[in-house]
Amino acid sequence: MSDAADTVENAVETQYGCPAQDSHGQRVLYASRDQYVSVIKALADEGYEMCVDLTGVDYLAMPHRTIGFGVQPERFEVVVNLLSLSQRKRIRLRVQVPADDATLPTLFDVHPGTEAHERETFDMFGIVFTGHPDMTRILMPEDWDGHPLRKDYSQGSIPVQFKGAHS
Amino acid sequence: MTIISAGTAEGGQELLSRSELTAKELLREVGSVLRLSETEAALLAEVETEAPEDQTMIINMGPQHPSTHGVLRLMLELQGETVLRCKPIIGYLHTGMEKTGEALTYMQGGTNVTRMDYLSPLNNELVFSMAVEKLLGIDGDIPERAVWMRMLLSELNRMSSHLLFLATNGMDLGAVSMMLYGWREREDVLRFFQKVTGLRMNHNFIRPGGVAADLPAGWRDDVLAILEGLPSRLEEYDILMTGQPIWRERLQGVGVITAQEAIALGATGPILRSTGVAWDLRRDMPYLHYDQLEFDVIVGQYGDAYDRYSIRFNEIRESMRIVYQILDCMPSGDFRIQNKKVTPPPRARIDESMEALIHHFKIFTEGFKVPEGEVYVAIESPRGEIGCYIVSDGSSNPYRMHVRAPSFVNIQTMPHMMRGGLVADAVAVISSVDPVLGEVDR
Repeated sequence: MSDAADTVENAVETQYGCPAQDSHGQRVLYASRDQYVSVIKALADEGYEMCVDLTGVDYLAMPHRTIGFGVQPERFEVVVNLLSLSQRKRIRLRVQVPADDATLPTLFDVHPGTEAHERETFDMFGIVFTGHPDMTRILMPEDWDGHPLRKDYSQGSIPVQFKGAHS
Repeated sequence: MTIISAGTAEGGQELLSRSELTAKELLREVGSVLRLSETEAALLAEVETEAPEDQTMIINMGPQHPSTHGVLRLMLELQGETVLRCKPIIGYLHTGMEKTGEALTYMQGGTNVTRMDYLSPLNNELVFSMAVEKLLGIDGDIPERAVWMRMLLSELNRMSSHLLFLATNGMDLGAVSMMLYGWREREDVLRFFQKVTGLRMNHNFIRPGGVAADLPAGWRDDVLAILEGLPSRLEEYDILMTGQPIWRERLQGVGVITAQEAIALGATGPILRSTGVAWDLRRDMPYLHYDQLEFDVIVGQYGDAYDRYSIRFNEIRESMRIVYQILDCMPSGDFRIQNKKVTPPPRARIDESMEALIHHFKIFTEGFKVPEGEVYVAIESPRGEIGCYIVSDGSSNPYRMHVRAPSFVNIQTMPHMMRGGLVADAVAVISSVDPVLGEVDR
């Protein structure tokens, strides 16, 4: 949590110990990997009862991007969209996930509805959600090589793979 | 019993037999069937572990099955006629549309997203356009006529989508005549879409900056003809289905889900509303000019298939009410923003101005550049919350384009609704979730 503490000092605004920002009128939190689950739990207790979306972004092709607030940009980012039905508010969490250790704890115990989203993010980006009950591919065939939405997985250059076809 | 299991590092996607699972994994499987946390699943575990394996059978339903609405495959563990576990297996229609979206410009993006939920294409285009406009910072400058046209099309689309739901729901449960009627009514709406946009489906009509063209002459009469013809038909369907004892027997108490479960699973739209939660983005987080209109949010009480049926049925009536108000409010004026950056020059200018020709060429080949940033926009589609998350790196293509598809999330409620029910009710459950597989797999 020491990194997070440094982040807090430099940030203009913080919420739950994460730098916070309003982007296009939408609330965004930059949680670290250590804070991730505890922040989501705290937000759930505060009334953000629904996790509407969880997805990933591969920033490989944007190596020089800056986030500010002392947040160290990494290759992958997991974006979680939370919704509060009672307060009619949304909040978005952006979590940096390094390429050499692309893992993140699962949200399954807080929001069971993220089960399919996490599988999709694993399938498309290769980010492993530790503690997920069924960390398998969801959209691609189970013997597929690679993770299609990564930026180094180019479009159309890979022959279509067929299961059990004679070559 | 032989079970298909792939030997990859990640493991197979299929439902495994009980003998292949350890007690903990079985517990998790129960958890994943219920999509509840392990601690909650443990409380229910005694129900599940009772069935000895030689009395149960895992069967495939789909991917090619008339009642699975496309290519949805369900693996069901059955004991006699009772469904013990269920796992939806998806991806058969996956064509990498999010990857494709990264290769298309913002100008072309509409053609891609409109094919996701092919039963409500205009809502897909709308959410994509609204996300792009927000990134461009022009979301407040869209001309009034374009905003009201978007609402008109979006509501008519909701009607056509729900009419198709009535048709398929009827077909799945044996009221085959309803299939023909629902399809007939939907076609009336699609004919209007064809007149306005040129296509029955996959319109690419709502674009960043407004809409592609103005409404054609006589559009008001066409809309009124649809609105005036429909009420008497809906009354017929009320007699055909709503009040009919067989229909009620098939749906009432089937596929029950509670509000707490629906929220935990992220279900939105008619599924969430059937549990009594009055949540409709049109009312609760208004976009366009929905805050200026008067309409009711239809909610159910029991969270069963019958509630979901009647919610959609009555939402058609609410949408008609909205369309009547839109007809009264439709202003005249521009149908797209007059911003040279986003809007191509009018056809007439191309004949007389070299600059206009160059500009026209550049905007359609290179597209327009969108400032760096990321944005999430959500609207209420007929199936629930459809969201669009776009990351821009300042070029004319989205760096990442993600669509939060309501069906993709809603499908997670199926195992929960089916658990402990009969196989015949499984069909009613699939139908009442109303998934569109094009959107699930994207």
